[in-house]
Amino acid sequence: MSNTQNKSNLNGDVHIHKNTDSNSIDKKEDDRPEFETNLANTLLHNFGEKIKIDFIKKNRIKVNVQKENIVEIAKFISLNMKFDHAEAVTGIDYPEQNEIEVVYHLGSYEDNLSNQILALSTSAIREDDPTPGSDRTKLPSLRNVFYSVEFHERECFEMLGVYFENHPDNRRLLLPEDWADIPPLRKDFKIKGR
Amino acid sequence: MSELPPGIKLEKEDDKIMTLNVGPQHPGSGHMRIIVKIDGDYIVSCDPDPGYVHRGEEKMAEYRNYITNIPHLERPVIHDSCNILYPYCLGVEEILGLEVPERAKYIRVIASELNRCVYTLYWLAIYGIFLGHSTMFMWPTGDRELLIDLLEKLSGARVTHAYFIPGGVRNDMPANFEDVCIRQINYFEKRIKQYDSIFYSNPILKSRTIKTGVLAQQDAISLGATGSVLRASGVDFDVRKKEPYDVYDNLDFQSNTLKSGDSYARSKIPWLDMLESCRIIRNALEKIPKSGSVRVKLKPNPKAGNVETYKRVESGRGSLGMYIISNGKPEPYRVKISVGSFRNLICLPYLLKGEKLGNMPAVYWSLNYWPVEADR
Repeated sequence: MSNTQNKSNLNGDVHIHKNTDSNSIDKKEDDRPEFETNLANTLLHNFGEKIKIDFIKKNRIKVNVQKENIVEIAKFISLNMKFDHAEAVTGIDYPEQNEIEVVYHLGSYEDNLSNQILALSTSAIREDDPTPGSDRTKLPSLRNVFYSVEFHERECFEMLGVYFENHPDNRRLLLPEDWADIPPLRKDFKIKGR
Repeated sequence: MSELPPGIKLEKEDDKIMTLNVGPQHPGSGHMRIIVKIDGDYIVSCDPDPGYVHRGEEKMAEYRNYITNIPHLERPVIHDSCNILYPYCLGVEEILGLEVPERAKYIRVIASELNRCVYTLYWLAIYGIFLGHSTMFMWPTGDRELLIDLLEKLSGARVTHAYFIPGGVRNDMPANFEDVCIRQINYFEKRIKQYDSIFYSNPILKSRTIKTGVLAQQDAISLGATGSVLRASGVDFDVRKKEPYDVYDNLDFQSNTLKSGDSYARSKIPWLDMLESCRIIRNALEKIPKSGSVRVKLKPNPKAGNVETYKRVESGRGSLGMYIISNGKPEPYRVKISVGSFRNLICLPYLLKGEKLGNMPAVYWSLNYWPVEADR
């Protein structure tokens, strides 16, 4: 479990110098791309405190939201900002922060937005002894906002144990039906011989 | 109605519906199972059950460093291995701050276009044989050898090339590669143009695929379809055009779209893409710098800071993205592979509903679906 220190650093910088591109790839505030900044400002303008901007890079924005607000914000992103589909839903396990982060990479087929990816991230409580589906590791599903997340969320549920409430079909997808171990993409699941 | 004889019950309404398991052993389904419910000849519902070739690529990537990850990350789709390594290399280059030499960028484009054709021909062969068109199985399988030979000259391996590395490509092109490549590509282009008359103009193929499994434009968008499935429904989205990587913005090509959204259009787009690939390869061979290095020197066990990146490219099956998170260690903290096959799978239940069972292969294989890639 020693290789799992980074969550606080990854987000920590951002919370201290909020909106100043603390990510090491971006250099100065002047370099910030204008179009992406405007997109992020649209979100900040409408939701204010509910949104934390993680970074703004060329063609990439990442925002952090609480799970209570994610459906409302996702609806806004879908209807008003014209991001129409999800490219990926990634669960990331952070045992030391006791949370599982879920990142939705949202894309758009609109002409002016087609090079943009908006990463919408939220986090669920992590249980040390998981019982997928019946413990506190739960998030609201975005399936009614973005139809394309259906299989992605099913995968996230079996791989990390994040149960998506209001998802119509929370069954396993890739794992065997008789899988009895903990969700395999959690950091405490070790590969044999490594 | 008089009384039924003992032991015979009246048929319930539900008994009309039969559940059918297609796969995972059935060759028509690929390495997956499709559970279809049928009423007579018509499909009532369909539930794809992938996962029979899940190998935990994402988990394995957390245990290996950025360089040793290369050979196993190409495994999900070995005949399109350049394109699945492409976003990984772009991502690692971004987080390690590597600058790729100009010549390497062109070699990458050539290799990835060759690989796209190799994949497409393999898929087309399968599509042909499942529609009962065995010539369409033989021809692409034979023509594929031309391109495999070229890739073998480049990388030394016939399918699993492991040719792309962060910071360039593994080795330079051999001395006579450009001439051989031009010659083979010209011949190859002539060959695939003949596919039109034997396959795409074939009345039997047309009657089986035109107007079957129609995906409307708005549905393609909201289902998040990608690649040939999306472009067959009239949405012009090609990552090479919309978010050009490496030198694609210097090259002369177009992205193909068709409007009808049926199986026929979905099977034709990859073929049109192959013709475009020939153009790209010729164009890249003209513009490539004649000399120069093809890779930057990497440190042993390179480390990145606390950064993350999401890079995508256009693979043979649509947009292919890699989400890499680093926490300052030599190994990535998390690698997520977002593949076109997995994204297009959600279209299958939607398209098969109300379709005849006999049309299932025509619809299923037209999705340009590669089960091994979808399972990762």
